[in-house]
Amino acid sequence: MAVKISVEHRRGFLTLNIAFETPSSGINVLFGPSGAGTSFMLAAIAGLQSAKHVQVELDGDALHTVPAHRRRVGLVFPEGRLFDHLSVEQNLLFGLQRAPRKNVRAGPERRRTSRGGGDKKHKPLRPGDVAELLGLQKLLNRRPATLNVSERQRVAIGRALLAQPRLLLMDDPLAALDAAQRAETLHYLQRLRGTVPIPVLYATHSLEETYQLANFVVLLEGGQVLGAGPLTELASRVDLPLAERPDASAVLLGHLHSHAPARGLSSIECGSHIIDVTLCDFAEDTPVRLLVPAREVMLALHPPRDIGANNVISGMVCAVRHDVTTHAALVEIETSCGQLLAHMASDAAQRLHLQPGDRVHVMIKSLSAMVISG
Amino acid sequence: MPVTPYDVQIILLTFEVAALAVVSVLPFALVAGWALSKRFRGRFLLNALVNLPLALPPVVTGWLLIVLCGAQGPVGSWLQARFGLALTFSTPGAALACAAMVYPLMVHAIRAGFEAANRDLLAAACSLGAGPMDQFFALTLPLAGPGIVLAIVTGFTASLGEFGAVITFAANVPGQTQTLPLAIYAALQTQDGATEAARLSLCAAALALLGWLITGFLGHRLGRPIRPQVRN
Repeated sequence: MAVKISVEHRRGFLTLNIAFETPSSGINVLFGPSGAGTSFMLAAIAGLQSAKHVQVELDGDALHTVPAHRRRVGLVFPEGRLFDHLSVEQNLLFGLQRAPRKNVRAGPERRRTSRGGGDKKHKPLRPGDVAELLGLQKLLNRRPATLNVSERQRVAIGRALLAQPRLLLMDDPLAALDAAQRAETLHYLQRLRGTVPIPVLYATHSLEETYQLANFVVLLEGGQVLGAGPLTELASRVDLPLAERPDASAVLLGHLHSHAPARGLSSIECGSHIIDVTLCDFAEDTPVRLLVPAREVMLALHPPRDIGANNVISGMVCAVRHDVTTHAALVEIETSCGQLLAHMASDAAQRLHLQPGDRVHVMIKSLSAMVISG
Repeated sequence: MPVTPYDVQIILLTFEVAALAVVSVLPFALVAGWALSKRFRGRFLLNALVNLPLALPPVVTGWLLIVLCGAQGPVGSWLQARFGLALTFSTPGAALACAAMVYPLMVHAIRAGFEAANRDLLAAACSLGAGPMDQFFALTLPLAGPGIVLAIVTGFTASLGEFGAVITFAANVPGQTQTLPLAIYAALQTQDGATEAARLSLCAAALALLGWLITGFLGHRLGRPIRPQVRN
C-alpha cells in the first residue's frame, strides 16, 4: 500500500529527476526550497503539465494513464484559484458534482478503482462534514472575492476534497498567508490529518508546517530526492537539510499521560520515558507529538545533578557533524523515547570529544518542548 | 423642433447598419478575441493587424475596402458573381465599413472576457473532474460572456457614429447608406440645411449619450460581477 511517484523532466536550467514512495495515508510532506520545480512536479502528477516521464501509482493502480480530468488527483494551488463567478457553496460542490457516483458502475475505470479497495472502505466525504471540518459553514453564500486569503484557501481545500480524489496534492497552500492566518489554517489542517482517508502530498518549504503536519517527509533539492522517511527519523538526521536549520527540532511521538496542574506540568509518555512539559490542554491518552528544539537541548557526559531542567534522558550519540560556516555541531542522539537532536558550539562538542557511540545525558527543559496534536 | 418622418427613417437606417455591422463582424471578433487571450507565436502581429483601423485615417480604411471589396476588387467581384451582392452604394456596404471600424473595439472587450477564464482556472477545473467541453460551458462561457455582451453594445454604439470609412466606401446614398452622420454632412452641404443638421445632430448626441451610458453601466456591472452578499 503505497504511493509511487517518479517524474523526469528538463525545463530551462532545471532538471527534475525525482522518484519516491510514500505511505498511502496521512500527510506526506515534500520539503524543499521554493521554486525548485515542485509546482511543476505536482501539476505533472495531476496530469495538468506534460513531462518527459511521469509515473503515478496508488496502491498498484497506474494513475498516469488516466486523462487529467478523470484521474481523481486533487490539487490545491498556492493562490486558491477559486471560481469568482460562483458562490462559495457552488465552488465547494464543483468537483463533487463531477465525481463518479459510488454505486453507479460505468466503464472499466470505475471497476478498477473499486477493486483497488482504496475508497471502498471509506465513506465519501460529504459537503456538510467538510464545511464543518474547515469552518466554512458561515461562508457558504458569500462570493470568493469577499473572502480573506485564509478563508479562500480553506474553500480551495474543501473543494478539492469534495471532488472525492484518491490522492490529494497541496502546493504550498499557506504560501500567501501571514503568520496569524497561517497558524489558524494549520490548526484546520491538523484536524484534517486525522479525518481524511486519502494520502496527501503536501509541498512546502516551511519547517513549521512540516513539523506540525507531516507523517512522512520527502526531502527535495535541485530536482533530486535527498531522502525520504518518517518525520521522526528525518528530523534529527544530521546529514539532511532539516537538521541544519537554526530552528530545527527533533520530533517525538507519544501519548498524553497525565496532568499535574499544581506543578503546572503535563506528562507525556514517549516510549518508556515520561517527559514533563508545561501544562497543556490535551485530554489524557490522546496521541501527541513533542517538538524539542535542537538549540534548547543540552548534553552532559555524566549524570547531571541539581540542574534546572526537568527531564534528563540517557542516550547514545549516533552521529556528529561540524558545520564549518556556522561553527555549530549537530549531534544526533538515540534514546529510548526516540531520536533527539542537539545543536551546540563546535568547540563544546570538541571539548567533550563527542563521538558516535558515546553515552550522553540529554537535558530538556519543560518550557522548551512544545506539544502539538499527534 | 419636431422630429420628422425623414429623421426617423435616417435613424432607423442607422440602427439597421449598426446591427448588421455588429452581427456580421461578431464571429470574427470572437475568433480574434479568443486567439489574443492565448499565448502563441505571432500574437503581437495579430494584435497590430486587429488594431490597424484605430490608428489608420478612416478614409484609408474606406479606400482599402474599395480596393478589396469594390466592384473591381477581388472580394467584391467574387461576391457579385457568386451571390449577386454589390457592396458599394448599398446598406450592407455601409455596414461593412462600420464593421471594419468597430472591429478592434469589439476584439478588445471579447479578449478581456476570455482572459477572465485563464489557463490557471481551467487547470483547476480540470483537476476537479471537468473535461474540455465541461470547462468551456462551466467556466469559459460564464466568465467570457460579460465581455461578449459588452463587445456587442460597444460595437453597436460606435457604429452609430462612423463617418469617414462609410462615406468613402459606400458613398452617401439617401435611404441606402445615408446614416445619421452622413445625413448631417449632407444637410450642411445644402444652402439652408443648418436647422436640419442641428436637429439631426441633437438626435445623434442623444443616441450617443444613451449608447455610452448603457455601455458604461454594463461595463461597470459586468466588469465587477461580484457583489458582496454578506449574511450573518
